[in-house]
Amino acid sequence: MIEIVSCLALNTVQDLGRVGARHYGVSTSGAMDAVALAIGNSLLGNPEGAAGIEIQTFPFEARFLEDAAFAVTGADAQASLDGDPLPPWWTTTARRGQVLTLRQPRSGARSYLALAGGVDVPVILNSRSTHLRGGFGGMEGRSLKAGDVIRALPHEAFRALRLGAVPPQFAISSARSVSHQSAMIVRVMRAGEYDIFPLEMQESFWRTPWKISHQSDRGGYRLSGPPLKLPEPVEMRSYGLVAGIIQVPPSGEPIIQLSDANTAGGYPKIGAVIEADIWRLAQARLGSLIRFEEVSHAEAVDAMAAIQTYLKSVRRVADLYRAM
Amino acid sequence: MNVIDSKSLERDWREKPVPTFSHPAPGVSSDEPKISSIGARALLLEAPGEFDLRWQRRIWALADEVEHWPDVEEAVLGVTNLLLVFTAPPRDLDAMKAAYAAAWRRAPEKAVSGRVHEVPVIYGGELGSDLARVCEYSGLSAEEVIAIHHGAIYTVCAIGSSPGFGYLHGLDPRIFMPRKTVPSLRMLKGTVTIGGMQAGISVTTGPNGWNAIGWSGLEMFDLTQPTPCLFAPGDQIRFTPERIEL
Repeated sequence: MIEIVSCLALNTVQDLGRVGARHYGVSTSGAMDAVALAIGNSLLGNPEGAAGIEIQTFPFEARFLEDAAFAVTGADAQASLDGDPLPPWWTTTARRGQVLTLRQPRSGARSYLALAGGVDVPVILNSRSTHLRGGFGGMEGRSLKAGDVIRALPHEAFRALRLGAVPPQFAISSARSVSHQSAMIVRVMRAGEYDIFPLEMQESFWRTPWKISHQSDRGGYRLSGPPLKLPEPVEMRSYGLVAGIIQVPPSGEPIIQLSDANTAGGYPKIGAVIEADIWRLAQARLGSLIRFEEVSHAEAVDAMAAIQTYLKSVRRVADLYRAM
Repeated sequence: MNVIDSKSLERDWREKPVPTFSHPAPGVSSDEPKISSIGARALLLEAPGEFDLRWQRRIWALADEVEHWPDVEEAVLGVTNLLLVFTAPPRDLDAMKAAYAAAWRRAPEKAVSGRVHEVPVIYGGELGSDLARVCEYSGLSAEEVIAIHHGAIYTVCAIGSSPGFGYLHGLDPRIFMPRKTVPSLRMLKGTVTIGGMQAGISVTTGPNGWNAIGWSGLEMFDLTQPTPCLFAPGDQIRFTPERIEL
């Protein structure tokens, strides 16, 4: 059980998403960096999909109202417990009254606080994730605020254990790529309307270092760069969306749809960020640059397998440690 | 239903810098559906040609079948299209596409006798602030636009975008209206809208690129209900003017 001491806007309870409610028009929500949340849970012995706290505005402070094990993963937010620094991607046990502080990240954009047992908020449509626009899920359908008391689900007694994971950007070789222009390279598959863009627009799509605009959020990243123009504007009949899809609205500035995206849309789609790179995108900061690199279906599948291998290996080692 | 000379409509559109309303779906020229990937885990099947309610009925039937296929997480209805989301990416993508196309070809037209919903609308005024733009674009008077809008019967093709939002087919082509290039930042829940060739009623307050022509107080999503959405695919909608503010 923790009490939020200080918290800026837009920090929410998230799990791995509300799967299976798209036919109600309900977006999946869920952690932007699903890998970080899953690792935090694995370190604690929680199910991978247990709910945690996604922190994307800093500083953040929470007081433990009882002894409890927790993990902080994702962005390196210089986590400290009563002022003692904690290593990144680390789990430890706090004593009652201790205060966890997260500061402006040195790298990355979103940190995850996982509690042993997982955050206990009501399950709505099969998920505990916050759906901010719908005003349901998570903590009363809203962002967290100072004074909120967050409980964890019952769990097995936790021995004082200090344990960390190698962050995925070091553990997964393909996750390291940053170009010489210090733009994050993000892997993309072509999508349905790629071919209706003129050749020079297709080239511009791949060549441009796109800037993640400040009008970006959990719903999607808007990208600034030379506009991608179609010879004639096209409106499509509305189709289902998944996270990662890159749409091109009439302004010509692409949008990458993410966790809180609507479940359907009508803009032409030029590509889709592969699932294996969405967690990396979630850690890209507003104002930073990304570049797209084309991959095939097979490469996208292999990339996901690399993530699964990483998740499984952390889980296995963490389980072994706890069993010792 | 009004009969429209589509040739004259097309000519009309070409004279203005307007979107094509995407019939056929871009890149499709045969009778075959277009099947394309959205990442490794999602395949979109789009019915060929113009919007056709018969195609939508086949999409409904197709959804019923494919949602039970192995490794399918969810089949997401769209407007004459269907997104299939897999729990794990199909190993043999071409085989999966072929099976999907074959299922489309044999899908029957699903007969849905949905409910009929009467939706009272306050047309125009502050909450229908794009009515003037629709008039300007269509060359019709406000009275004509309103009469055309409530004179039709609409079919709910799919629920999507926002919780409980229904994509309504049946809009008269005379009042087709492109989505806005700059969305309204805070469109009120319950706003009666036109987006391209589709009609709708917004279900949450927030940014919206469709054109507001009126307002209805309808609650379309309620989590306390066993089925949270008021509308379901196949339902029919009738708009009735409660008040007109010009």
